[in-house]
Amino acid sequence: MTAVTERQQRAYIGAVAAEARVNVELQTEGMTLNIGPQHPATHGTLRIIVKLDGEQVVAAEPSPGYMHRGYEKLTEVRTYPQVTTLVNRIDWLGHFANEVPFILAAEQLMDVEAPPRAQWIRTIFFELARQANITLFLGDLGAQIGAITPVFYAFRDREHVLNLMESVTGGRFHPNFDRIGGLKDDLPKGWIEECKAVEKRISGFCDEIEELLFGNEIFEQRTRGIGVIPPDIALSYGLSGANLRASGVDWDLRRDKDYPLAWKDADFKVWTHPDGDAFARCWVRLQEVRESTRIVEQLCDGIPSGSIMAKVPRIIKVPAGEAWISTENPLGEMGYYVVSKGDLGPFRCKIRSASFNNVSVVPWVMRGVYLPDVIAILASLYFILGDIDR
Amino acid sequence: MSSGDDTPAEQEPAADATTTESAEAAAPAFDERRSPIVDRLRQKLGDAVVATEVLPGRDIWVRVKVDAWAETARVCREELGFTYFCFLSAIDWMPSPYGKSEDDVDPVRVDPSAPIQPGVTGGDTRFQLLARVEAPRTGIGITLKADVGDDLVAPTWTNTYAGADWHERETWEMFGITFAGHPNLIHIYLPTEFEGFPLRKDFPLLSRMVKPWPGLVDVEPMPGEDPEDAEATDEVPE
Repeated sequence: MTAVTERQQRAYIGAVAAEARVNVELQTEGMTLNIGPQHPATHGTLRIIVKLDGEQVVAAEPSPGYMHRGYEKLTEVRTYPQVTTLVNRIDWLGHFANEVPFILAAEQLMDVEAPPRAQWIRTIFFELARQANITLFLGDLGAQIGAITPVFYAFRDREHVLNLMESVTGGRFHPNFDRIGGLKDDLPKGWIEECKAVEKRISGFCDEIEELLFGNEIFEQRTRGIGVIPPDIALSYGLSGANLRASGVDWDLRRDKDYPLAWKDADFKVWTHPDGDAFARCWVRLQEVRESTRIVEQLCDGIPSGSIMAKVPRIIKVPAGEAWISTENPLGEMGYYVVSKGDLGPFRCKIRSASFNNVSVVPWVMRGVYLPDVIAILASLYFILGDIDR
Repeated sequence: MSSGDDTPAEQEPAADATTTESAEAAAPAFDERRSPIVDRLRQKLGDAVVATEVLPGRDIWVRVKVDAWAETARVCREELGFTYFCFLSAIDWMPSPYGKSEDDVDPVRVDPSAPIQPGVTGGDTRFQLLARVEAPRTGIGITLKADVGDDLVAPTWTNTYAGADWHERETWEMFGITFAGHPNLIHIYLPTEFEGFPLRKDFPLLSRMVKPWPGLVDVEPMPGEDPEDAEATDEVPE
């Protein structure tokens, strides 16, 4: 593998030398350190077995599976409308965004398209889920690197996004709101105004975090040049979302793929960063929330009127066939490969979640880094355990 | 797959050649961006391409022989520009002997030796590899499939796509398909001593065998619906 920066190259050579030294010359033993399963930086229960020589990581091996719930098996015994209840819990911070690709896949197989109003509201909710998710990331990022303040700001402002979701869906974390053919309910009166106010607040939060965190010298020193992932490595590991864009690959499914959703009606910019380091990954996510507030503000102004539900049979049987739909979720590309045999439920549903691929790069990126950088890299890769383990 | 029960049985004795022909006849769909990719893949891989299907404006499916599985990945990544690795998994085409949904009161018992009914681009074996790679430059993705023989061995993709490492470990522990040449084929989700392959159709969902699906029969009576409660309330007015 090609070393990327001079610093990384030095660190890697150092680590290889260290491993040789550990075993042969001094007959000292390296240390194996378990980070997790219960560590604040692991967003749940990810265990990372780190082999250390002094402060330097010789090898890091993540060990997921402490939270495996077998959703792929469970989808095979559920009906299509029941599956959304399951997939809500994959990436629990981006709840609604998980439902959309599955519903779209089922709709594609059934040859049904949601009415325009439902498409717009779906897109607005998708972006709200993104804001709820990444807002917390930006706050938590500070906490993991040693700044406590941002996390309080994040929880304060995310609350308003969750209230918005709750006032429509009744659920703060698991809305279960998307239906094949449309949505469960329409928006309540006055919701649009509330939503616009919240968008102002979230965009203000972005400014606040940018000054507080990204302009901070300590933060820059902790993240600049740390954990550099070059674009070819990022692609071959299947990194997606902000992690991929931070390596300079200009790819956003919202812009580059054609969905029956309202992203094509909104004007937004896809930010990339050439550095590929931890700082770039955090910075791209900050911009992603900012653009997300812009999308919602634009969409709020032009929601088409009409029905929110297409005509679908009461008992949903999806015709035989196979469909793959993936969307740009808060964590990256999330997709479902649905195999139907014309029954009430899927025959097989392969769930491609973003964090599984995003974390699989850890053994590559962590060779030769120093122990405090492990946390900075993990924080910047940003994963949700439910999204790794499914 | 909608052709009914008779056609697969007729096609079975014939070799791969007939499946290729029927696939070509069944896939006249043309997509000016996607069809050339299929043609180039056929050109590079020759006979290894068993069947293809193009859904215009949406997707490509290509089924290859399992021997050419690794070569397919190399051609896709290095010559056709599919640099982004999306996922790798498998499908067990055997119908589930435990019924299809939890609402099946009396699950249909199926004969595991009955001919399987595969999906898009067909298939001859029970287990089929399923993978997807994409080209970020063009936004086109391709779904690759390969039939896995009775030995359940397939070549690894880790030499081409580094991200296939974890996906192959998952496929190995969930379906029991071994990837020859994989550097570290160990359990990823399940405990080391776990027996069985959970995503195979003949692996029972044990929690539902111990206790019936509560959505089907509400085992706990709602307050006020309890027979004893009802009797008690009946007595009050008197």
